[in-house]
Amino acid sequence: MARITIDPMTRIEGHLRIDVEIEGGKVKDAWTTGTLFRGFEIILKGRDPRDAWHLTQRICGVCPTSHAHTSSMSMEDAFKVKPPDNGRIIRNIVEGCQFVHSHILWFYHLNALDYVDVVSALKAQPKEASLKRVQEKLKAFVESGQLGPFANAYWGHPAYKLPPDLNLLAVAHYLEALDMQAKASHLSALFGGRMPMTMTSPPGGSTHVPTVDGMANYLFRIKELMNWIDNVYIPDVLTIAPYYLDYAGVGKGHANFLSWGVFEDASFDPKKRLLPRGAIFASDFPKVHEAKPEDVTEHTSHSWYKGTQPLNPAVGETDPEYTGYDPNKKYTWAKSPRLKNKPMEVGALARMLVAYLSGQPTAKKLIDSTLSAIGHTGKPQVLLGVVGRIAARALECKMVADAMYQWGIEIIENVKKGKTEVYTPYEIPDKAKGIGLWEAPRGALGHWIDVDGKKIKNYQCVVPTTWNVCPRDDNGVRGPIEEALVGTSVVNPEKPLEVLRVVHSFDPCLACTVHVIHPESNRIMEFKVS
Amino acid sequence: MAAAGKQAEEILEKSKKAGGYIFIVEGGVPTKKGHGTIAGKEMLDILKEFSGPAVAIIAVGSCATFGGVPAAKPNPSQIVGVTEALKKVGVNKPVINLDLCPVNVEYLVGVVVNYLLLGKLPELDSFGRPKMFYGQTIHDNCERRTHFDAGRFVEKFGAKEEALGYCLYKMGCKGPMTYSACPKIQYNDRVSWCVKAGGPCIGCAEHGWPDKFAGFYERLPDVKMVGIQATADKIGAVAAAATAAGIALHAVGTALSGRIKGEKEGGE
Repeated sequence: MARITIDPMTRIEGHLRIDVEIEGGKVKDAWTTGTLFRGFEIILKGRDPRDAWHLTQRICGVCPTSHAHTSSMSMEDAFKVKPPDNGRIIRNIVEGCQFVHSHILWFYHLNALDYVDVVSALKAQPKEASLKRVQEKLKAFVESGQLGPFANAYWGHPAYKLPPDLNLLAVAHYLEALDMQAKASHLSALFGGRMPMTMTSPPGGSTHVPTVDGMANYLFRIKELMNWIDNVYIPDVLTIAPYYLDYAGVGKGHANFLSWGVFEDASFDPKKRLLPRGAIFASDFPKVHEAKPEDVTEHTSHSWYKGTQPLNPAVGETDPEYTGYDPNKKYTWAKSPRLKNKPMEVGALARMLVAYLSGQPTAKKLIDSTLSAIGHTGKPQVLLGVVGRIAARALECKMVADAMYQWGIEIIENVKKGKTEVYTPYEIPDKAKGIGLWEAPRGALGHWIDVDGKKIKNYQCVVPTTWNVCPRDDNGVRGPIEEALVGTSVVNPEKPLEVLRVVHSFDPCLACTVHVIHPESNRIMEFKVS
Repeated sequence: MAAAGKQAEEILEKSKKAGGYIFIVEGGVPTKKGHGTIAGKEMLDILKEFSGPAVAIIAVGSCATFGGVPAAKPNPSQIVGVTEALKKVGVNKPVINLDLCPVNVEYLVGVVVNYLLLGKLPELDSFGRPKMFYGQTIHDNCERRTHFDAGRFVEKFGAKEEALGYCLYKMGCKGPMTYSACPKIQYNDRVSWCVKAGGPCIGCAEHGWPDKFAGFYERLPDVKMVGIQATADKIGAVAAAATAAGIALHAVGTALSGRIKGEKEGGE
């Protein structure tokens, strides 16, 4: 039996350590650890609530717009204010751009190198001129001896299955994708000022007032992205997938899924969001359940906190207490969120499955055609695992980009009808409580706010990657990534490429995972490193 | 990077032995033990280990320069910026600070290219920031400045004055007290920046942000000084009165001096 530690995990956001026990060439057990602690909820205490949507964005620079929007929504819930229609749509656009940027970046720059052998691309025999140029560029780069981000990796590992020509094509698209993911961020900046750290989405709506030339500037740019997703990103997924179909069942995990829903509908009904709210449990797949914030608890028995009871975030009481790394007791800064005491996977696969099984028409069409294309018509359960996560992210990227164009048209139509409001003013009450529930590209995101004396008394976040990267709960049930790793074949423990594939399929972001914890106690923390 | 874990650490070791690199640091440095580790090592120790062989150290972003948001009161992990962290571990090396949240990538590329072309570090201000990017305030270069000078302001979010590009001072803009080339360099391939899209500046380029400007929607001059305790209110009150008077006089003066007069005549 071999036990290996991967620290740092790379091609993710933030600081993650993975430990796996390998026996008979397969992962027998796994532990995920968040290794950085900052304390956002502590920092927010006592501040002007209107600063929260700026400060919580700094939980992470990969999906800051999601935090901005969730924070603003928690205040809109607390202060009883609703954005006007255009405000709603502008925020959807700002959010949508971030999704498109994030998924393109993830597929090519975080995930692809697990499946694409860059060195093998040098053996390709391209006939097409631009591919020849890419190969020459790659050759010069490799011959310089300074391999940069490609250095000392797992090139030549037997788990790489693509032929050299396909590897070269993927490298060419990897380079193109650097520009495309940046272009998606540009779109967010048109309405939000900049990406990351958006500047125009406070509680009440948007502070960006659309203009005719501004909308024209937006529409041609989103078209370019839509075309690239349809003609490069999606075909790449469909071309590469057949070589890795043996991964279809790998990394299945618990197969429970949660989505709070994202991209607000005019009715503000979360079940009508473009990607609707809902929960799916393996025990009665494919039924879609109601997802309710009251059903959320956070367990801490395996996390560096005091406390014996799982608690709902609205009444969360936690004392951080670092006791050193012990895989049998406490081994991470991340708490274990549970819905109805079950571990839930969150992210694109969760959202697309909830949408598909809820009958959302676009999701239904996209997934049905994909299932047919891979010879599994009418069998969505084949998506449970690494390949399903990759496919879901690509399909969701297309779905969101296509919707973004329509939202632009909707704003123009509103303005034509004389509906130009983007912001609803409000007064901050002396006391108020609210919850904002939304989705970041990586999954379900919730902010709970408690205002007293017009200042923040208490602020809690339960964020996407905490759901995925959490440790065992009080019942000893593994977190989603830990469970997904069990059973994975590993050919060479010295080069655990297969472990990377499973972890990367969740698109983890650790800045979110360990943002804090806390509230009630003001105890000074003492830490000992064992 | 493609490699992870052991293979990633091997690359770092190799670089350290080779030396002569530009060391770019992103993120603040936790100084409470156990709060920030990579490969089992404290981030503070990693910083010490790799700053020695570097020819230049660049701290990118508000967190790496002066601690940023995670270092805001009460700074639970006792996070400090790179300059202060290096002092704590006894490393005496100049640091180029690219303060901003997030860092403007054009500033970073500009500094690196400046070094590659001219073989030297750019001229720095007293906060270690390159004067070429931090030498003027946002107010100095803002495209909405003529509106400020003429007393034309956005008074409510979502108002038509925003579409006309009027000044955001009354909505809390911290531009007059923030040194950064944002209006010139902008963000995301120069497609936009905060004020241009309708978001008042929150002063994220400044030492002491966010606490220095916390209460982002409070209109300047309610600016608190970081690090000075009892006398802060007194200093602030005097500075506030002077600034308030200055700004008020400036706007009123411009209006009276006849710039608006021209408009009125045209409109009649």
